[in-house]
Amino acid sequence: MIVLYPYITGLVAGAFIVSSLYHVFGRTELRAVARFSLASAFVFLLFAPLPLLMHLGQPQRAFNIMITPNFSSAMAGFGFIYAGYLIVVVMEIWFVMRHSFIERARGAGPIAWLCRIILLGNAHEDDATRAADHRIARFLAGLGIPMACLLHGYVGFLFGSLKANPWWSTPLMFVIFIFSAIVSGIAVLIFHYMVVARLNGWRLDQPCVRSLAKYLWGFMIIAVALELLEVMSIAYKQTEEWEVLGMLIREKLFVSYVVLQYLVFSLIPFFLLGINSLFSLRDRVANAMVWTAATMLLVQVLLMRWNVVVGGQLVSKSMRGFTDYFPGLWEKEGIAVAVVIFTLPFGILWVFNKIVPLFPEAVPRGGSASGTK
Amino acid sequence: MTDDRNRSRREVLKLLAAGSGLLVFPLGTLLAGEREAAGDGARAPYWAYAVDTTRCIGCCACMRACRDENDVTAGVFRTWVERYRIGFDGEVRVDAATDNGYVFEPAAGEVARAFFVPKLCNHCEKSVCNQVCPVGAAFNTPDGVVLVDQKHCIGCGYCVQACPYGSRFIDPKTHKAGKCTFCYHRLAEGLAPACVHACPREARIFGDLNDPHSKLSVLLRQRHYRLLKPELGTHPKCYYLELDREVV
Ligand code: SF4
Ligand code: SF4
Repeated sequence: MIVLYPYITGLVAGAFIVSSLYHVFGRTELRAVARFSLASAFVFLLFAPLPLLMHLGQPQRAFNIMITPNFSSAMAGFGFIYAGYLIVVVMEIWFVMRHSFIERARGAGPIAWLCRIILLGNAHEDDATRAADHRIARFLAGLGIPMACLLHGYVGFLFGSLKANPWWSTPLMFVIFIFSAIVSGIAVLIFHYMVVARLNGWRLDQPCVRSLAKYLWGFMIIAVALELLEVMSIAYKQTEEWEVLGMLIREKLFVSYVVLQYLVFSLIPFFLLGINSLFSLRDRVANAMVWTAATMLLVQVLLMRWNVVVGGQLVSKSMRGFTDYFPGLWEKEGIAVAVVIFTLPFGILWVFNKIVPLFPEAVPRGGSASGTK
Repeated sequence: MTDDRNRSRREVLKLLAAGSGLLVFPLGTLLAGEREAAGDGARAPYWAYAVDTTRCIGCCACMRACRDENDVTAGVFRTWVERYRIGFDGEVRVDAATDNGYVFEPAAGEVARAFFVPKLCNHCEKSVCNQVCPVGAAFNTPDGVVLVDQKHCIGCGYCVQACPYGSRFIDPKTHKAGKCTFCYHRLAEGLAPACVHACPREARIFGDLNDPHSKLSVLLRQRHYRLLKPELGTHPKCYYLELDREVV
């Protein structure tokens, strides 16, 4: 369950950064997914605390984190950072999509009602308000970037600040977390965008996909390089820690860490995205490669979270020997619950899309073929 | 933060004790021996623990006493005894006793040396568990004991991860953090912790660091001891007498 928490907050931060690339940095080629990425950040954010709640022994006391915080604890910041970020994202959505809400509110029926409530009675619209909305949204998007980094960097810090655990205790941890968050965020957008486009028979916005793929490539290189550097520096220094960590990597985590995380799910996407960025391939081939790479990177980041979170707990505190862990299927923190928590955001996104279209500019696919798989 | 507060508070108490000590000095010295575990005297106690690893025989009476005294949930331990077996090839094998004692499998290779290391919460002076608890449920008492406020703990388990000594656990029954309390309820009555009381070999020693004549203070002056993971800066208060170099 605790694996899912950094994973989902990572998706939030990553998706948000994509939307900010458009809103703040004017990467207009990302227009096709700008709204979608913002909405994704929002729904994933809604679900981020759920795995935490599932994990708490006394969930009914969860709000004590905010009522009686102990400021020397890294964890005490969660409630505040989370709430602050949620406010920024909600406000940004409101300003970005106000126009659409107004349009929907004109009709009749429950959705129009809902939109009227969301608008808080403010349905006035002209050029001036539109410009103002735009400016505010841009400001919020800018504000959101450091907050997204804070939210996720903080998650990394939660682990990195525990001196008791040699596998976690590194100042690099939060940087690594931020970059892998961006990777997973972009990857989930590509994955989801392509699937949705395929299902609805839309034409993919090629420049957008290409640009996303390039970002993905760049960020994944940084993320993987940072992680490798970190492990390599421990390994090279051959300190006492390495004795136990080396054993952890060689024995306990060999399959999930070395083979899966690096060799399979990092190397293959790296080549796929690299080839895609360096050569101009036919759209169909390129899209297939990008989709595969994005899907694999989604798995890669999940593996990385698993290896960090679970790996760290396998080392016994006496630094001798390891413990074992495998989640049960049906327990409170088991696989079934994890799957449910992870699928719910996609469902909410679907509902969201019913209220305001997330892809307002989608073009139905014409005769020309641009498949996704 | 809290630690510093505790410490300065202790210093104030010490000063007060020194001041009033001038008046009650004769009585104070007379009672010092008896007052070892009482904590109600002029001198505020500062509790600490020592383990004499040369004396432990691995009988695990302490573990059973702890479970009975504190009604510790089955499957988790507030204190446990690790068995170290080191072969001639230098290989170190460590295991811990369960409620049924140790598992005796045929030794793989010859054992060069072997010993037992009782473990428990180190009641660190600068406890990380206290530092990381998001709601402040973990705290250090002024008399040097680390406790969990069961009414505030939210069961997040962060302290369990933060403790370098594996002293904490999430209690499977209460779903809150559990750990050794130095038998705080017994200290209040002037008794030593149950494990200390139960040990037939006096391998576990408990006492007041503020009292230079307590058995603990005397031992720490006379014997060699080591701390567990001192490099982490937690300032643990479990002193391991003649601890083998293989134990960290
Ligand atoms: S040994 Fe662990 S539980 Fe005990 S005071 Fe130190 S950090 Fe806290
Ligand atoms: S489990 Fe309880 S005592 Fe431990 S950090 Fe969480 S709230 Fe604090």
